[in-house]
Amino acid sequence: MNHFFTVAVLSATVASGIALGCPLLLAALGETVGQRSGVLNLGVDGIMLLSAFGAYFVALRTGNIALGVLVALGVGAVMGLITAFINVTVRAEQGISGIGIYIAALGLSGMLFERYVGTPLPITNTRGPFFAVDIPLLDRIPYVGTMFFKQNVLVYLAILLILALTFVLRHTTYGMKVQAAGENPAAADTVGLDVSRIRYSAVIFGCTMAGLAGAALLIVDGIFQENLTQGAGFIAVALVYFGGWRPAGVAIGALLYGLTGAVILTWKTLGIIPLSLSDLAATAPAVIVVLALLFLVGRYRQPTALSKPYLRGVS
Amino acid sequence: MSQHEASLPGKARLAGIAANGWKPLFLRWLTLPTAAVSALLIGAAIIAVMGANPLTGYHALLTGAFGGSYALTSTAVKAVPLLLVGIGICISFRANVLNIGGEGQIVMGGLAGAATALALPNLPKIVLIPLVLLAGCVGGGIWGAIPGIFKAYRNVNEVLSTIMLNLVAVQLMNYLLAGPMIDKSESFAVVGRIPQTRLLSPNSWLPIIVPGTQLHLGVVIAVLVAVAVYVLLRRTGVGFRIRSVGLSTDASRYAGMAVKRTTAMALTLSGAMCGMAGAMLVFGSISHRMVTDGTLSGFTGSDGYYGIVVALFGGLNPLWTILSAFLFGGLLVGGVSMGIALNVPYSSDLVTTIVGLVVCFVVALDAVRRRANLQSGPASLRQLLTRNWRAPADSGPRAAPVPAIQPAIEAAVPLPPPPVPELTPADPGEALP
Amino acid sequence: MKGKVTKARWLLLPAAAALAVAMVGCGSSAKPASSAGHQLKVALITPSATNDLAFSQAMYSAVESLKTKYNLQISVQDNMYVVADAANAIQQYAAEGYNLIIANGSQYGSTVQQLAPKYPKVSFAWGTAGSTFNMPNVYAYQAAANEGGYVQGYMAALMSKSKVIGVIGPIDVGDAQLYTDGFKAGVMAADQSATVHLSFTGSFSDVSLMASAAHSYVSEGADVLTGSSQSVVGAIGVAKSTSVAWFGTQWDQASLAPSDVVSSQVYNWVPVLDQILTGIKAGKLGGATYSIDLGNGGEKIVFNSGYPLPASVKSAGLSVLSKIESGTLTPPQ
Repeated sequence: MNHFFTVAVLSATVASGIALGCPLLLAALGETVGQRSGVLNLGVDGIMLLSAFGAYFVALRTGNIALGVLVALGVGAVMGLITAFINVTVRAEQGISGIGIYIAALGLSGMLFERYVGTPLPITNTRGPFFAVDIPLLDRIPYVGTMFFKQNVLVYLAILLILALTFVLRHTTYGMKVQAAGENPAAADTVGLDVSRIRYSAVIFGCTMAGLAGAALLIVDGIFQENLTQGAGFIAVALVYFGGWRPAGVAIGALLYGLTGAVILTWKTLGIIPLSLSDLAATAPAVIVVLALLFLVGRYRQPTALSKPYLRGVS
Repeated sequence: MSQHEASLPGKARLAGIAANGWKPLFLRWLTLPTAAVSALLIGAAIIAVMGANPLTGYHALLTGAFGGSYALTSTAVKAVPLLLVGIGICISFRANVLNIGGEGQIVMGGLAGAATALALPNLPKIVLIPLVLLAGCVGGGIWGAIPGIFKAYRNVNEVLSTIMLNLVAVQLMNYLLAGPMIDKSESFAVVGRIPQTRLLSPNSWLPIIVPGTQLHLGVVIAVLVAVAVYVLLRRTGVGFRIRSVGLSTDASRYAGMAVKRTTAMALTLSGAMCGMAGAMLVFGSISHRMVTDGTLSGFTGSDGYYGIVVALFGGLNPLWTILSAFLFGGLLVGGVSMGIALNVPYSSDLVTTIVGLVVCFVVALDAVRRRANLQSGPASLRQLLTRNWRAPADSGPRAAPVPAIQPAIEAAVPLPPPPVPELTPADPGEALP
Repeated sequence: MKGKVTKARWLLLPAAAALAVAMVGCGSSAKPASSAGHQLKVALITPSATNDLAFSQAMYSAVESLKTKYNLQISVQDNMYVVADAANAIQQYAAEGYNLIIANGSQYGSTVQQLAPKYPKVSFAWGTAGSTFNMPNVYAYQAAANEGGYVQGYMAALMSKSKVIGVIGPIDVGDAQLYTDGFKAGVMAADQSATVHLSFTGSFSDVSLMASAAHSYVSEGADVLTGSSQSVVGAIGVAKSTSVAWFGTQWDQASLAPSDVVSSQVYNWVPVLDQILTGIKAGKLGGATYSIDLGNGGEKIVFNSGYPLPASVKSAGLSVLSKIESGTLTPPQ
C-alpha cells in the first residue's frame, strides 16, 4: 500500500482519473443542457461512437488531429439535428428514440470501421496540445502539477465549460429560456418563447458535446475499435441525474466516477487488490456513485417537462 | 384514439370510426408497417452502398424470421426474453418509472436460476423447472427492488441507479462464473478456464414442445405470464395502484394509496420479469450452461434495451407486447440469417444498424400517428401533417393532457371520460383558435 | 411543398409493399453460387471484429489464406459476442451442410458440445480449447501462448532497466491466461529479483481500461509492458507516448508503435487448419486436438527491426526459444 502513496503513482492516478472522466464530463455537460430544456437523449453513446469514428478516420487519413476533432463536432451537430427532429418536431417517445439512435450509430460506426479502415493503425500525433498541454509555471508545482496541469486541451476546455454553462444557465436570457422550456413549456409558449427552437438549440448543443466527448475518448485511447465507448454514454446520462442537472454537480459526479475507477485500476496493478477479487473491485465506481447520491447529495428536482414532448394545446 | 373514445363501448367506437372515415383506421394500423418498411428501404440503400446485395439480404431476413417452421420457432424462442422484459417494462412504465436496468436484472436472474440448478440438480423436472424460473424472478426482483427502494424512499433517480446496477451486475457475473460457479470438470481444466457453469442438470432444461425445433416450454410460459400481467394491471388492486401512481402520484396519495411502496413494487416486479427472462435464456439455451464473455450483451443480447422498444411498440399493453416481441424477435433472428446471406465480414454491424433504423422510424411515425389520433381524426392526410407542425387550426374538442411517458395507454386503459366542454352561444370565452 | 410531401407519402406505402413482395418472391436464395470442382464450405464464427489485430484477425487471415489451396467457399460471421446468436448461426450453417464450422471462441464450446451430435456429417472446430468432448466430428485447437510468453518474458527481464514489468490481461481465461502465466514465468527465470505486476481489466474489448492500466504501470516505474486481447491497442498507445517497450501477442503489433514494440508472438493458424482440412477431405471429421507452438511454426516470435534490441538480449531470447522448440525446456502452464 505504501507503493500507492508515492508521488508518481498518486499523481498518475489522479491524472488518469481526470483524463478518463473527461469524455464522460463533456457528454454529461451537453446532456445536462438538453435535459434542462426537457429532452431526454439516451442516444449519447451512439453519437460518441460515430463522432469518434469520424475523428479517427479523418485523423488517420490526414494526420491532423485538430481536423479530426472538428469532424467529430460536425458529426455530433448533425446527429443533434436528427435527434432534435425526432424528439422535438416529431415528438417521438424520447426514451426509445434515443435507444434507436444508439443502436443505429453503434452498428454504423462498427460497419464503417470494418469496411473502410481495414487493419487499424493508431493516430500518429502523440505530441501536441491534444495530448498534453503543459501549463507553464503551474505544472511545476510539486505533486499537484503533474496531476492537474499536464492534461490534454480538452480537459481544460471541459473545466471552462463547467463555469461557462453554470453562468449561462443561471444568468443569461438563453439559460432562462432553456429552463423555462424544461420546466413549463406551456407557460413559456404563452409568453412567446419558441419552445421548439429552444429545445432544438439545446439538443444540438448537447449532441455536439457528445461528439466532442467522442473525440476526447479517441484521443485518450489513441485508436478506434468497435464499441469504443463501452457504454460510457449511458454513464454520462446517469451522471446528469447524479449532478442534479447542475454543471457543477455533474462535474463532481464525473470526477468521482473517473477517480474511483483510476484508483481501483492502480490498486489492481499494484497487487493491492488480489486477482480473485478483480471483478468485484471493478464495481466500485458504480457503487460509490450510487452511495454518494444516497447519502451525500441534496435532492434536486428534475426538470418538470423532462421527456415530455410539447404540443401546444395538448401537453 | 383519444381517451374519450377509448372509454366508449364497442359499438359506439365503431360508429365513431365509421363517422370519421377510414383514414384514421388506415393510419393507425398501417403506419407502423410503413415505418418498418421505410427503414428497411434505407437499410437496403446502405447495403447496396457497402457493396452487398440488398435483395439477397432481405430475402434471407424474411425467410430466416418467418419462412418455415424452423424459422418461426427460432423467432418465437428469441421473442421469449423480449416479451418478458417488455412485460416488465409495461409494469414499470405504467408506474412512470424508467427501468433501464433490464440488462442487469436479466443477468441476476440468470445467475440465480443457474445457482439453483447447480445446487439442486436432482429434483424432479416438475419441481425444478418452476423453481429455477422462480429463482430467476427472485434474482431479478432483488435487482429491481434496490433501485425501486432507492427511488421511493430516498428519491434517487432510477435512471442513475439502474444504469449503475447494470455495471455492478456484469462484474458480479464475471466474478461468479469465473470463480465460485465455474465448471471444474476435467475436460475444461486442461487449457485455461472458460467462465461458464457446469452443464446444468437435464431436469432443469426447458422441455422442447415441438420436436426437431428449438421451441421450448418457455414460449408458453411467457405468453401465460403476459396474460397474467395484463390481468394484474387491469383487474387487480396492485395493478390499479401501479397505474394510478403512474398517472398522478399526488392524486394517488390523496386517495390514500401507499405511493412509495407501489413505486418500489413496480420496479421490483419489472425486475422480476427481466429476471425470468434471464432464467429463460439460460435454461432454454442450446448450450444448457450459463457462459459469459465478459460483457453484458454477450449474455443478454441487449434484450434489456430491446425489451423497452418492444414494450413501447406494444403500447405498454402486455397482450400487444406479445405481437411486437414476436415481430422484433423476427427482425433479430432474420438479421442473423441476413448476415450469413450477405456474406460480408461486417454483416452483424450492418444488421444492428438496420435494427436501429427500424426502431427510429417506427418510434417517429408512431408519434405522428398518436398526435393524429389525439386530435380526433384529421379530415385529410394533409391536415395531419400540417397540424403537427403548428397550432391546430380547426381542432375538435380538446382531449385531456396526456402524460407523454405513457404514449398509448389512452388506448388500453380507459379512464373516465373528461368533461367535454360545452359550447353555448352565450359563452364567448370559449374561443376556437 | 406540403402537397408534394402528401403525395410522396401516398406513393410510399404501395411502393414499399411491392418491393417487399418482390424481395420475398424473387430474391435469390441464401447460398452463393459454388464454382466448379469440389468446394469445401467453411464457416467462421468469431466474437470480435475481423480487423481486431488479435484473436479474430489471426484466424480470419489464416482461413482466407487457404482459400485457393483447398478451394474453399468461406462465410464469416464476426462480432458474434452474443453466444445465443452465435449458436443460432452455427446451427444454420450446420443445417445448410457446411463442411467445417470454426467456432473461434471458448465461449462457444458448450454450444458445439450440444450441436455436434445432431449434425454428424459436419465437422466442428473449436478453440482455443483442449477438449473435443470425445466426439468424432469435433476438432479442438489451442495455442501454447505460454511458450512465446516465456521467451518474451525472459527477454523483458534482461532488457528492463528499472526491473519493473507490467502485464495486462483481459480476463484470466484461455490463451490470455496462458500467455500471462508464461510471460511471468519467463521474467522470473531470467531475473528472480525483477518485479512483475499482473492485473486483468475484466474485458476483452475495453480499450480505455487497458490504456489506464498501462499508465498505472508506467507510473509505478515499469519500462516494459505486455498484454493480450484486442483491447491492447490502448496500452500500445500509452507505450508509444511514454516510450516504454511493448511485447505483443496474437498478431504482429509492430506497426502500432514502430519504435516501441520489441517483438510479437504471432499466431499462425495455417498449420492447424491444414491438418484439419486435410483430415476432412480424407473423411476424418474430428477427434483430434491441435496446438500451435513455437516448435511447429504455428507460433513465431517476430522481432521488430525498428527496435534497438541489444544483441545479447536477443541471442539470450533466441537460445531460450530453441530450447523450447527442441523440447528441452517446457514453460509452466
